[in-house]
Amino acid sequence: MTATTSKAPVAGGAPPRLAALRQFARDFAGRRAAMAGLAILVALIILALAAPLFIHASDLDVVNAPGQPLSPPSARFWLGTDYAGRSIVPLLIWGTRPSLAIALIATALTMIVGSIIGLLAGHYGGISSRVLMAITDWFIALPTLPLAIALAAVLGQGDASITIAIAVTSWPGTARLIRAQTLAVEARPFIERAKALGARDSQLVGRHVLPNVMPFVLVSATLTVSGAIISEVTLEFLGLGNPTEVSWGAMINQAFFQGAVTRGAWWYILPPGIAIVIVALAFTMMGRAVENILNPRMARRP
Amino acid sequence: MSSASAPLSAQSLSALEAPPSGGASGARDFAHYLGTKLAAALISFVMLLVVGFIIFSLMPSNPVEALTRGRPTSAKQLAFLTKELGLNQPIWERFWHYVANTLQGHLGYSFQFEQPVSTLIAQRLWPTILLMGSATIVSVLLGMQLGIHSGWRPGSLLDRISTGSAITLWSVPTFWLGIILLVFGSEGFGPIPPLFPAGGMSTPGTVGGFAPAHILDVARHLVLPCLTLVLVVFAQYQMVMRSSMIDEAGNPYLLTARAKGLRDAEVRRRHVVPNAMLPSVTLIFLQVGTLISGTITVETVFSWPGLGYLTYQALEIPDLQLLEGTFIIFSGSVIVCNLLADLLYRALDPRVRRT
Repeated sequence: MTATTSKAPVAGGAPPRLAALRQFARDFAGRRAAMAGLAILVALIILALAAPLFIHASDLDVVNAPGQPLSPPSARFWLGTDYAGRSIVPLLIWGTRPSLAIALIATALTMIVGSIIGLLAGHYGGISSRVLMAITDWFIALPTLPLAIALAAVLGQGDASITIAIAVTSWPGTARLIRAQTLAVEARPFIERAKALGARDSQLVGRHVLPNVMPFVLVSATLTVSGAIISEVTLEFLGLGNPTEVSWGAMINQAFFQGAVTRGAWWYILPPGIAIVIVALAFTMMGRAVENILNPRMARRP
Repeated sequence: MSSASAPLSAQSLSALEAPPSGGASGARDFAHYLGTKLAAALISFVMLLVVGFIIFSLMPSNPVEALTRGRPTSAKQLAFLTKELGLNQPIWERFWHYVANTLQGHLGYSFQFEQPVSTLIAQRLWPTILLMGSATIVSVLLGMQLGIHSGWRPGSLLDRISTGSAITLWSVPTFWLGIILLVFGSEGFGPIPPLFPAGGMSTPGTVGGFAPAHILDVARHLVLPCLTLVLVVFAQYQMVMRSSMIDEAGNPYLLTARAKGLRDAEVRRRHVVPNAMLPSVTLIFLQVGTLISGTITVETVFSWPGLGYLTYQALEIPDLQLLEGTFIIFSGSVIVCNLLADLLYRALDPRVRRT
């Protein structure tokens, strides 16, 4: 019994959908990896939102930093100091904010673009749909990083250009998935009934197809976020991020290019990377769980 | 991941369902197949040129200013460049010039290096091929071995460890992994002495060429960047090999092989592995895209003088014509590799030939 199969094809009928949602929540709560991922994320989001309460601008200021540059962990600086002598701990916590925000916004953009193209290509057949899918396949085949670098470089340093570059390179996977699900939903008899009753395209897509493909948008979103975080920190490491901002990618960039390697300053290099891996893993664990719940055939394959 | 393996399995499925056709039409079939694939690759390349043109020629508000950033330029030079680049011409004419230039290998001029982009790319091509090639060989050997053993006994300790580490390595940013290896490999850690050089491709001041000492020196410089790329890529081979081993292990011919008295290891080596290898072999070409993304950051971390490091050097300024050149080369080589993967799959799998 899954969310999709238990869902009765009643348009706009809240109770069956609510029941399906409850069932989904029960399934999700029953999975250790999924709950661990969720717990990590909730903790990090609370930390990110609460950061301004206990981190002051002076903690992040390069000028008048309290410590010696690149000094190892001590009682005063738990994770040592960075190239300017700032304590690593507040930098690490503050870095959660832009890192999560960019990844989530880029994922939202990816979902919007990917879903619209997937729905259009799935709902309207014919030449235009084939052209759309050919473009999608072309983007899938191309290596993502050179394209993202090219876009971000032309748009100029900054969070907005990184976000756009990630969205432009990651929508095709979502578009493909949503198109396939749209085709599957539209092959079901209730769509034929709706058509016979005279539903317009917008009604078909908006009231019947979209609610039924939404779970797959969710799957795609959770799996996209971890990729988006990796792309984001990669672009920031290459120097395409906002140069004045404290983010995990920028921290590794500064560590690498300001001599942390020759100094052997592992306390500067390890923490932001570990934070990235934890967030990416948390989203991957949740995404795989959601995928398994919605598509039990996948569960047998690891 | 799914994009790499999905078309292949779909292909082989349809091949199984297709009725066998006569051998006489084989050559014509092949010509048709080749023609379709070549046409698709050509269309992809045209699309690449269009996207490259949009990004690098239409999106920058003032291409001349973007080009000459990092270098003092006089007003006369700016006017000359505007004319030279044809910025006062209509878009279609500019696109046409752009296509003609790119096809002739004129990829523009790097003001940062004071050299034509195509010359720079030719210089930096071989280090990248050396790095990507050695990483491919090592990760194919490692990934296939792990995949064979974990797929033969799914759920075993080896399977759980190798699958778990593959998924974890998935979530690790390549450049960060490279920096960690660089810190511990070139600076030493605790009792471990520094074993490897900190970057570059050879020790400065040594004689180049094919002298044994030089080859050894380059090999020593190659270890860490190659290892970083391997850690990122091998998991793909492992997962694909693992799942095709599991698929293959359900076949009845294994029963025959065992019935005639072959030992388990021999059944695996002589019957299952050769059949399960197909998807992994074509994956080599489909992986080039992943490798390229990896090589940009790995070469940056290790100052490896290849196309990836060149991309980073172009980014610093930013030197847009150089960036455009590497973008076209990277993406174009992926299109070529996808074509090669299609052709190789057909050559290796007789079932596909009948479609």
